[in-house]
Amino acid sequence: MKRTALALVLSTSLASPALAYTAYISNEKGNSITVIDTEKMEATATIKVGRRPRGIALNKDGSELYICAGDDDAIQVLDTKTLKLTGKLPSGPDPELLALSPGGETIYVSNENDNLVTLIDVKRKEQIGDIPVGVEPEGMAVSPDGKILVNTSETTNMAHLIDTQTKAIIANILVDGRPRFAEFKKDGSELWVSSEVGGTVAIIDPAKKELKQKISFEIPGMSKEAIQPIGISITGDGKRAFVALGPANRVAVIDAETKKIEKYLLVGQRVWHLAFTPDEKYLITANGVSNDVSIIDVANLKVLKSIPVGSFPWGVVVAPK
Amino acid sequence: MKRLAAAFCLILAAGPAAADAMNVKVGVLREQHSRETLSILDIPASDDTLAGALLGAADNNTTGKFTNQSFEAIDEKLDESTDVVAAINALTEKGALFIIADLSPDRLIAAADRTRAKGALLFNVSAPDERLREEDCRANVVHVAPSRAMLADGLAQYLVWKQWRKWLLIKGTHPNDELLAQAYRRAAKKFGARIVEERVYEDTGGGRRSDSGSVQTQRQMPVLTQTAPAYDALLAIDESEVFAGYLPYRTWDPRPVAGSAGLYPTSWDPAHEQWGAHQLQNRFMATFRRQMNARDNNAWLAMRMVGEAATRAGTNAPEKLRAFMLGPDFSIAAFKGVRLTLRSWNQQLRQPILLSDGRMTVSVSPQEGFLHQVTELDTLGLDQPETKCRLK
Repeated sequence: MKRTALALVLSTSLASPALAYTAYISNEKGNSITVIDTEKMEATATIKVGRRPRGIALNKDGSELYICAGDDDAIQVLDTKTLKLTGKLPSGPDPELLALSPGGETIYVSNENDNLVTLIDVKRKEQIGDIPVGVEPEGMAVSPDGKILVNTSETTNMAHLIDTQTKAIIANILVDGRPRFAEFKKDGSELWVSSEVGGTVAIIDPAKKELKQKISFEIPGMSKEAIQPIGISITGDGKRAFVALGPANRVAVIDAETKKIEKYLLVGQRVWHLAFTPDEKYLITANGVSNDVSIIDVANLKVLKSIPVGSFPWGVVVAPK
Repeated sequence: MKRLAAAFCLILAAGPAAADAMNVKVGVLREQHSRETLSILDIPASDDTLAGALLGAADNNTTGKFTNQSFEAIDEKLDESTDVVAAINALTEKGALFIIADLSPDRLIAAADRTRAKGALLFNVSAPDERLREEDCRANVVHVAPSRAMLADGLAQYLVWKQWRKWLLIKGTHPNDELLAQAYRRAAKKFGARIVEERVYEDTGGGRRSDSGSVQTQRQMPVLTQTAPAYDALLAIDESEVFAGYLPYRTWDPRPVAGSAGLYPTSWDPAHEQWGAHQLQNRFMATFRRQMNARDNNAWLAMRMVGEAATRAGTNAPEKLRAFMLGPDFSIAAFKGVRLTLRSWNQQLRQPILLSDGRMTVSVSPQEGFLHQVTELDTLGLDQPETKCRLK
């Protein structure tokens, strides 16, 4: 396996000049962030951070990484040059996932314990508002034009569409059980929401504010209960989507136009979140139970390598060049 | 806030749910549970079961803000002399057609039969009796609590996975103890374990509290467990809290204790935190200043099932919600790692069984490798081909 991985790396790097990106992995139980060089496919640093780090996001130029440290009730800021924590942003209790406005000036964060979405002004490091949502808010996404904020609530089982100007909820769309993650297509035409316990991905039309269809999954020899969609990544051209299936240990490859499932890729155990490298050559998956990440070759739909990281990897982001 | 509310209404008018406000009343009919527990940590609080229903209603109401539905729990407490039929009539007269029932088996059947004509739907949140799901099953009773067979199978799978296949069984002398022993005998046969010997612990009466109880028990338990054939685990069968809690660390041979003490199978435990359970435990603790027990959790779950079905089906009619809950579109999330659904043949909630030592969730069954053609959850308890239930 190692030899084939090496061979692939060699051949791909010969074909096109190597583009090394930096990926950041949050380790939920390790209380750390692992830094990965995506071209060498190895960990280059591990940084100790706050307790129970899960959701992570980078600012626009990649100079700062925001880390939801749930058990510290704060969002920590990591300087990606020095790899040092530089401060904290005031979230509500138990922040889990966050999303940035397109310009990066506002952070939206879901606070599981008080049924609120909190708005934070990044420059002033101040809370600038709360929006009451359903029970156990989790998934967060902002539409590419910045006009709609989406929050999913795990026990209410809705996607709440929020007008970012007025801060008012403009639609509540029922999806299947325990919705955990939301992702827009780059052109804003579709919103995808994964339901972990319901076992489906809901496709929402953000303009009409209605559910268009649901995608369900079937893996031979695997019980329906084990298929638990979580992380979603959609290619920039909107043609292909990847959905992490949790304890099914697989990533589903979906034709994002026809919504047909093309393939299931076997990765590590309990796969949580996913992130592309900016050139979309690789997709990186955080595999919670096996303490590693898998690197998927996006063009060939092959799993190239797994890289050991910290304890219970959960979130993953990749910095722009 | 007013503007928000107006916005919701507009959207809902276009959706499937009715724009008119819908109120759902849920009765909580509850017996008092014995305060005679071996550990003072297990003495039931005065709002036992009810607290779970109240939290479930609060959660439903957060969702209800968006769907224009509201939920309320109406408490009805029973003591030993209360007529259960009068009590449930009082609830249905208040408009509660969903009843969270924390009742002993005979009272549950009486309550179900007397409210059938009124269309009430009951949720059994505490009685583990097999007969309620088998020969005495009722079409207007949904079983949220797991049965004895489900609990026993959950523990048995783990013991077998550990290769602790030889069991010494010690049971109490109450009728429920024999029912639980039957569940473990069946589990042993089903999963290839062996009961090497059965012993009985006589309940000679008396209280549970004393100033120097431990002095005696540490002498009594070795005597109770000595000269046993070789065994891997001791199964304590004691639903009435007479002796099981005394066994761990006091057996003649150094062996793990499981069943009614030591490693116990349960549908919920205050120490359970995985799969987001921490959030529910936090909400419960913040509201009621105590820990959530299995009855509280089952009542919460029953309330959530009503809420989930009412939200999706857009109705509060019990017969329609029952049909929806039994249909293919219903499942409920309960912080146990998988979705829960109802067994159509006897209206038992399919669910994983937690194995706890009171401090930790040690494991969760079904265990890896116990397979089933429909769902691994049906390796726990009596399966469809074995059922004696004819719903009517």
